[in-house]
Amino acid sequence: MAEQKTVRFIISRQDSPDSAPYQEEFELPYRPNMNVISALMEIRRNPVTAQGKKTTPISWDMNCLEEVCGACSMIINGKPRQSCSAIIDQLEQPVRLEPMRTFPVIRDLQVDRSRMFDSLKKVKAWIPIDGTYDLGPGPRMPETKRQWAYELSKCMTCGVCLEACPNVNSKSDFIGPQPLSQVRLFNAHPTGAMNKAERLETIMGDGGLANCGNSQNCVQSCPKGIPLTTSIAALNRDTAIQSFKNFFGSDQI
Amino acid sequence: MAGNREFLNRRLHSLLGVIPVSLFLVQHLVVNSFATRGEESFNAASHFMESLPFRYFLEIFIIFLPLLFHAIYGLYIAFTAKNNVSRYGFFRNWMFMLQRVSGVITLIFVAWHVWETRLAAAFGAEVNFQMMANILDNPFMLVFYIVGVISAVFHLANGLWSFAVSWGITISPRSQQISTYVTMVIFVALSIIGLRAIFAFV
Ligand code: HEM
Ligand code: SF4
Ligand code: FES
Repeated sequence: MAEQKTVRFIISRQDSPDSAPYQEEFELPYRPNMNVISALMEIRRNPVTAQGKKTTPISWDMNCLEEVCGACSMIINGKPRQSCSAIIDQLEQPVRLEPMRTFPVIRDLQVDRSRMFDSLKKVKAWIPIDGTYDLGPGPRMPETKRQWAYELSKCMTCGVCLEACPNVNSKSDFIGPQPLSQVRLFNAHPTGAMNKAERLETIMGDGGLANCGNSQNCVQSCPKGIPLTTSIAALNRDTAIQSFKNFFGSDQI
Repeated sequence: MAGNREFLNRRLHSLLGVIPVSLFLVQHLVVNSFATRGEESFNAASHFMESLPFRYFLEIFIIFLPLLFHAIYGLYIAFTAKNNVSRYGFFRNWMFMLQRVSGVITLIFVAWHVWETRLAAAFGAEVNFQMMANILDNPFMLVFYIVGVISAVFHLANGLWSFAVSWGITISPRSQQISTYVTMVIFVALSIIGLRAIFAFV
């Protein structure tokens, strides 16, 4: 009992969006059931490095603390994942934390995920039902289809799939798997399907669906187990048909 | 709309990769296999191909232009990727990386091969069994040809897999799994065909 168990961290830090990143080491007393976020809170309480140097508290994002909001994503020991569900007992030490650099780094481990929300707006990832008069109840969705759609709706815009994708990078405009799968979700909804062609046309634009090169890292990495590559392949079919319709014309509206 | 360029280019790239470039490659390896039946057979077959009617038209529109488009756009695609197999060592990610690497190797090989044979022919050399035997006499060139053919054939086979995804032919994980097996059998089969032809010259 004499020796106090500790946990070591190597954390990538960055003071501002444009400044150079650097590393700092921390050593904390071990507590049962601690996770990466509780460790970061501990460091915030007493921001002193393992070398005994006083430093600034680490900046990171979080919200739900139960892996449903996606805000707390970061690279933990090389893998992008949620820090709130990263249990220290299950991690190799020293625990290495880095921000997801696919996104603009705001400070330390905190990144700006706006590009994903912008993509959702671009592809109209909602069901437009607002009007000047009551449209009445929409068509019913078969229960089996609802269960299928529920899986796609679990996306928490965490950004892990964009981080894992080799084609989402500073050289490319690819919007990434996350908004694509949402197009599949909203196109599958009986009311959402009214804007199906519009959504398909959007992802047929530059930076869209065609940028996928099938590395399939996204489906392997998504913490919610969303069948991203199935959605992408299905959209490949839908957009192929849509492009034929656009070119040859169609009597189906 | 101008905003649709990329989609069109990518789909054209994908289509041309199979029709005609893959079809041509298979045809080429099959004709080369005449070499396994001896010098006579090979020379007769290559003479037959050379004397096809509309030869220049066929060469330009079935081989040269589609390959040129596929290769140039392929280079652009290959160099916009930021490969990350060290961090994400999944099977498909390796295939993604190998598809790009094999494309670049194939481009280098094909450029050299065309220079050495087709362009040499345009400058008056005669392309026949003896020419290939002379080239492959050099152990360095033999290795270069083996690597070139295997990478082209891998690129073709794995390209068929991604073609099926790009056009929404294989959607479910199971269909994509089966298509992995099928295209890898194609890879092995075409490798054997291609290597048999090479070794017929040495
Ligand atoms: C023997 C000649 C070639 C054949 C038979 C061939 C065939 C194919 C096929 C069938 C595909 C799949 C298309 C798809 O993904 O939908 C493909 C993809 C590709 N090819 Fe080629 N190709 C050849 C030469 C080249 C060359 C010279 C390059 C230049 C680097 C190249 C680069 C690429 C790339 C980067 C892809 C991947 C596209 C993607 O996954 O999005 N290919 N090729
Ligand atoms: S699809 Fe999965 S990995 Fe991508 S943002 Fe949504 S939850 Fe995260
Ligand atoms: S805080 Fe919401 S997912 Fe971690």
